[in-house]
Amino acid sequence: MDVSEIEKLAHLARLNINDETIDETAKSITGVLALVDQLQAANTDGTAPMAHPLDAIQKLRIDEVSEPNQRERFQAIAPATEDGLYLVPKVIE
Amino acid sequence: MEWETVIGLEIHVQLATKTKIFSGSSITFGAEPNTQACAIDLAMPGTLPSPNEQAFRFATMFGLAVNAEIGKRSVFERKNYFYPDLPKGYQTTQLAEPIVGRGYVDLQLEGGRTKRVGIHHAHLEEDAGKSLHEDYHGMSGIDLNRAGTPLIEVVTDPDMRTSEEAVAFARKLHSLVTSLGICDGEMSQGSMRFDVNISVRPKGQEELGTRTETKNLNSFRFMERCIHQEVERQIEVLEDGGTIKQETRLYDGDTHTARSMRSKEEANDYRYFPCPDLLPVIIDDDYIEAVRKMLPELPDARQARFEATFGLSNYDAGSLSADAATSAFFESTAAACGDAKLAANWVMGEVSARLNSEELSIAAAKVSPEQLAGLIVRIKDQTISNKIAKTVFEAMWDGEGNADEIIEAKGLKQVSDSGALEKIVDEVIANNSAQVENYRSADESKRPKMLGFFVGQAMKASRGQANPQQLNAILLAKLEG
Repeated sequence: MDVSEIEKLAHLARLNINDETIDETAKSITGVLALVDQLQAANTDGTAPMAHPLDAIQKLRIDEVSEPNQRERFQAIAPATEDGLYLVPKVIE
Repeated sequence: MEWETVIGLEIHVQLATKTKIFSGSSITFGAEPNTQACAIDLAMPGTLPSPNEQAFRFATMFGLAVNAEIGKRSVFERKNYFYPDLPKGYQTTQLAEPIVGRGYVDLQLEGGRTKRVGIHHAHLEEDAGKSLHEDYHGMSGIDLNRAGTPLIEVVTDPDMRTSEEAVAFARKLHSLVTSLGICDGEMSQGSMRFDVNISVRPKGQEELGTRTETKNLNSFRFMERCIHQEVERQIEVLEDGGTIKQETRLYDGDTHTARSMRSKEEANDYRYFPCPDLLPVIIDDDYIEAVRKMLPELPDARQARFEATFGLSNYDAGSLSADAATSAFFESTAAACGDAKLAANWVMGEVSARLNSEELSIAAAKVSPEQLAGLIVRIKDQTISNKIAKTVFEAMWDGEGNADEIIEAKGLKQVSDSGALEKIVDEVIANNSAQVENYRSADESKRPKMLGFFVGQAMKASRGQANPQQLNAILLAKLEG
């Protein structure tokens, strides 16, 4: 992983990585990827990929309303609200 | 150069469940902002999604209706991007193992042409919330009521070649999901939203041209207009020696123009991975067969039945059977008045014209099937003429009561009393002696045309209420007399 790839990933993940640590970050992620390479060397012919580490299947929920309106409680901890809306920094100018 | 257009569609269909796909919050349309957004929908720490059984049933019904293979093992993945109306920072969706696999839909086009459009796949996913960009002190407002509403996203193959085919497909899909009862079909409320992928290529070329995607079309008319504009734009660029940039465009229904989304709004690397919060969902053959047995009558079967049972033309049967609510309205009217042909004419004529002009769906029609049947019965027993019936219909629509009440209150009963009609005819003849003279001296072959004048005068004198057949007979007898 070079620095530009780390910068791109950091932007996509909205992570702030500063100039001092970026080399160190690149090095450690490269190390993780080396481990993945090692894993990928294992022969998996005829093995279906797992979607989940647990060998279990999903239970489904009956379609009945079970959640009451708790807007006031949720909005009490929100930084800014108005007219029942959550306010966030402007998305489109 | 001759160009060929290639169109593929992606359609988001909101499922008509009671609750969200991963939480027990209601999805009733039009609720106060954020009153239907629980801790799961808000992505509060420590919450886990709990998938809705009905969403799987509806998706399976859809799959069977489009002749598709049902994914017996379906897996949810995370599609990562940041936008404030997506609190988790990812959309839970399906990618490699969707619930609905390959299928197809057959279309009937103008002139009896048919066309098969391939369904690439359809997957289950959650809708996002809504961002309101009106000014809240320089901030945007977020309503998360819609966040987590179950959707199926239907992806077609790039099989369509004209806007006519694309719109026919969109209408057919609308007809299918409303007939299945898995979506309310209210496009103005966003229940079905269309993304259109468009490219052009020189006719005869195998390789596809670079495509653009126009997002969020929520009416058939917009879709048609948007395709025309985009095809024209692409051909112009290419003929001027330019190249098409692969981009996402947003259609604005107010200005009827599409603009390119800025790169800031465009996420281009979603870094999908299987959602660790959800296990694979397994569906077996028994389940699929049980769902197949529950399938209601689908539009094609209904059209065939309307032709066979009611003797309707292919065209009439097609246009009445497309929408489940319209079909039900027609069938109730036909059953109540005992005349399917007249019921069909009225539903496709006056009813649909009023609905269109007021932009209402058939569910909001201001005349019930029973009321309409009451009117048709009065046409059949000759209480009123077809022309007067239209006046009565307008009054019914405007809430003035049932047909009989309106006919009575306005004195619209057809005059079939021959004494009264003779009196009217005598007056018309007396007041138009010159025309009578002309008629009598005219050549036999010219007389039928001239009779129209007298019919018109007599009708006017009867305020439109004269029984037309009787009036004609009396006029003829007196003029020829």
